[in-house]
Amino acid sequence: MCASPSYRMHFMMCAGTGCLASGSADVRAALEKELVKRNLQDEVQIVMTGCNGFCAMGPLVVVYPDGVFYNQVKPEHAPLIVEEHVLKGRVVEKLLFKEPAAKSAVPLMKDIGFFGLQRLIVLRNRGLIDAENIDEYIARDGYAALGKALLEMTPEEVIEEVKKSGLRGRGGGGFPTGLKWEECARYDNFPKYTICNGDEGDPGAFMDRSVMEGDPHSVLEGMAISGYAIGAHQGYIYVRAEYPLAIQRLEKAMADAREYGLLGKDILGSGFDFDIAIAPGAGAFVCGESTALMFSIEGKRGMPRIKPPRSAEAGLWNQPTNLNNVETFANINPIILNGGDWFASIGTEGSKGTKVFALTGAVNNVGLVEVPMGTSLKSLIFDIGGGIPKKRKFKAAQIGGPSGGCIPNGMEDVEIDYESLYGVGAMMGSGGVVVMDDHTCMVDTARFFTDFSVEESCGKCTPCREGLKVMLDKLTDIVEGRGREGDVEFLQELGRHINGTSHCGLGKSAANPVLSTIRYFRDEYDAHIHEKHCPALVCPELIDFVVIEEKCKMCGLCYRNCPSDAIIWEKKQVARIDLSKCTKCRTCIMNCKFGAIR
Amino acid sequence: MEERDAILKKKREADRVIITPDELEQLDPVIEKYYGNPGYLIPALKEAQEIFGYLPQEVQYKLAVGLNIPASHVYGVVTFYSFFTIQPRGRHVIRLCLGTACYVKGAKEILEIVQREVGIDVGQTSDDGRFTLEAVRCLGACGLAPVFLVGENTHGNVIPGQTVKILDGYQ
Amino acid sequence: MPKISIQDLKKIKERERSRMVLREGEFRAKVTVHMGTCGIAAGARDIMGVFRDEIAKREITDVMLTNSGCAGLCAKEPMITVEVVEQAPVKYIKLNKDKALRIFEEHVLQGNPVEDYALAMGSETMAT
Ligand SMILES: Cc1cc2nc3c(=O)[nH]c(=O)nc-3n(C[C@H](O)[C@H](O)[C@H](O)COP(=O)(O)O)c2cc1C
Ligand code: SF4
Ligand code: SF4
Ligand code: SF4
Ligand code: FES
Ligand code: FES
Ligand code: FES
Repeated sequence: MCASPSYRMHFMMCAGTGCLASGSADVRAALEKELVKRNLQDEVQIVMTGCNGFCAMGPLVVVYPDGVFYNQVKPEHAPLIVEEHVLKGRVVEKLLFKEPAAKSAVPLMKDIGFFGLQRLIVLRNRGLIDAENIDEYIARDGYAALGKALLEMTPEEVIEEVKKSGLRGRGGGGFPTGLKWEECARYDNFPKYTICNGDEGDPGAFMDRSVMEGDPHSVLEGMAISGYAIGAHQGYIYVRAEYPLAIQRLEKAMADAREYGLLGKDILGSGFDFDIAIAPGAGAFVCGESTALMFSIEGKRGMPRIKPPRSAEAGLWNQPTNLNNVETFANINPIILNGGDWFASIGTEGSKGTKVFALTGAVNNVGLVEVPMGTSLKSLIFDIGGGIPKKRKFKAAQIGGPSGGCIPNGMEDVEIDYESLYGVGAMMGSGGVVVMDDHTCMVDTARFFTDFSVEESCGKCTPCREGLKVMLDKLTDIVEGRGREGDVEFLQELGRHINGTSHCGLGKSAANPVLSTIRYFRDEYDAHIHEKHCPALVCPELIDFVVIEEKCKMCGLCYRNCPSDAIIWEKKQVARIDLSKCTKCRTCIMNCKFGAIR
Repeated sequence: MEERDAILKKKREADRVIITPDELEQLDPVIEKYYGNPGYLIPALKEAQEIFGYLPQEVQYKLAVGLNIPASHVYGVVTFYSFFTIQPRGRHVIRLCLGTACYVKGAKEILEIVQREVGIDVGQTSDDGRFTLEAVRCLGACGLAPVFLVGENTHGNVIPGQTVKILDGYQ
Repeated sequence: MPKISIQDLKKIKERERSRMVLREGEFRAKVTVHMGTCGIAAGARDIMGVFRDEIAKREITDVMLTNSGCAGLCAKEPMITVEVVEQAPVKYIKLNKDKALRIFEEHVLQGNPVEDYALAMGSETMAT
């Protein structure tokens, strides 16, 4: 581009992992072609942004200045958008988002419940900037906090501000960030390091990916400020292997920041030197744990070690090291610019600010949402998430992934913060919220998480390595019909033991999914064990595969969908299942609208 | 009997692809790049795996010597991280997400279909060398659950019934 | 290495901001160019160009320039609607470059409608 044209319209094209996977690069190419064809390339600018958090509806295009939100855009829609919207100024009705409940189309992004009810601090730039353009980050107050910290504040003042904000680590533990920095700053042993934890191992959570991809500079800036506060001149970002796009965007961002001297020597003329390198992960959940992560950066097997000494004293290469989560770092810029008091005014007594949640599972609006701490689970699932699809019933939400627990139907008024979740037996974890409807079996879910933990246990200590295996075997027995009297008590006893005696956070919390499902869904365990029946009709061994005559409406859907011809049905007759042919694939159960098969 | 022997023999051959010293020379730039940098074993292994597709003994050994690290340490690291593999892989690697979001949205059914239709289990490669199946825990594209990758291509919002059709596209 | 200072940082911010303000949705005035088929034929694109150039040249950040479809008055094209915050919208008809410039100067910037070119004042609001 020579003289930059004066655009009158911006197409913000989502280029996060989700939308790219749904084909946003092709849409962009089609739009570009169409604009050139009509000689509009100097009037309309296409900007590739990071994830908007609404990946399920991708590819997304938001058109400014009007703020119109188009979803599920395909390349063949490009002529329509250009013709109608750009030339004639008419909104393209059929590409608008429709609220699942109201079924009416909502043109403006800000009016969509999913977006409108969020409060963006961490995701302040989402969808608004070109993820690969440092100037656009700067335009939205980027690096102003770094400038303020380096030129107007002492390291002690920076720490004081972060302490005042009440910010707690978003990586799961919830440790106060200011205190962590303060402790690390105390040691007079150089060099020191600051590390960003971008391992994001919790399956079902993708907020860190979204930030690293969509607003990489906010991470770099937060890290540089932490480096200044604790006296570190080198930072590392540990990114998991599954996030190639995040690595690519971070590398571009680092190169641009170096070019401007916002990383490197004598940043902004302050005399402070700081640089960052990327350390790629290689696929091990336990490497998200602080000490294991540091071993991994050193090129070793990532196994947690016994603390103390704490990392603040002896971390990476035995030097004082600070470790924070991606989201934690992304909060630093607004805290420094607006002050700790401002941040502390948002949220609850013990948990300040906002939290980004990854809302997934049986919910209409799957996506990333940022809300103030203390928002109720109900509001999260129903107001923002748009409720449960297919008119099914809300059964439970699993919060905190494999180390968290579930919150059952009836308790959805709980206001989410660190304390309240702990109180009900769940955990903030990284903020993954998996919504489950009445077609989810809680025993199977517990088994799923236990299986995860067994796979990911590093094997260093016995309760976690062996205990979890025993637990998994027991759960497998139960879902396959070999459960016995006393199994539940045994699981509880074993679970408490594993949680109590394991060495690192993985083992210490690995039994939570089992313990919390027993706590709230004991009857389901009992049904599996005593009646040999799975009430949610999920565990194939525990389903009878018989048609309940009173419930059957004789519609024949099961008959038409059975892949093994195991269903005997004729018009106006109750269906029957030939068990000798049935492969227990559950297709009929999913198809029957009347719940007539058990 | 003959038939069975043939199959067995074929299998054995497939496993015994040896990387020649000539080919191993491709590792030299990697070694040069990372030599003397403590802590760069993992990136070095990643690059090596990009070159050869997997990390057989001779590659591990050459890296160990080149980077001046005990071979046992290299082996320990390779086996610890799930990203690394010491077996050759198929032409197309299917990486099926079994993360929570995908699991509750039907990833299990996709897994069963792949097991049944392609005849391979997680971690295995089909006899014709066409597919390798790997399970991963969340690709970070949960909004598109259930998700799997074939090579670099992401397939999202997969309806289990479509699995076979998608795989047909990869010969 | 071109190192930047805190002043440079502020300059970049100002420069980029004026470009990006389009995405923030806070405007003092809104100019809608009617661009139906006949509007375009009558030269609406040129009128749009005049406003784009002026906005860029003067680095104005609080005027939203947009377009809409046919207004049902093909004979009076090119046509625009100007809305200034807290004032009734005004439709201007049969425009050319000079008229557009004057409207921009007097109405959009200073808030005084140019009655000479106006079709009707306060008749209808352009709903977005
Ligand atoms: C098994 C295990 C896995 C973890 N995984 C992650 C992770 O993926 N991302 C993360 O930020 N923190 C993870 N943590 C927490 C980190 O150990 C550490 O507490 C955190 O990164 C510190 O940053 P914070 O204070 O900003 O939360 C994990 C902890 C354990 C025990
Ligand atoms: S609790 Fe599990 S993951 Fe943690 S150190 Fe022990 S064996 Fe390893
Ligand atoms: S479970 Fe599957 S095979 Fe059995 S009757 Fe139902 S659809 Fe047919
Ligand atoms: S789908 Fe259900 S209601 Fe319809 S015939 Fe089958 S069992 Fe009966
Ligand atoms: S990648 Fe586009 S919304 Fe997430
Ligand atoms: S759980 Fe499958 S992509 Fe996240
Ligand atoms: S197209 Fe302009 S008034 Fe009809």
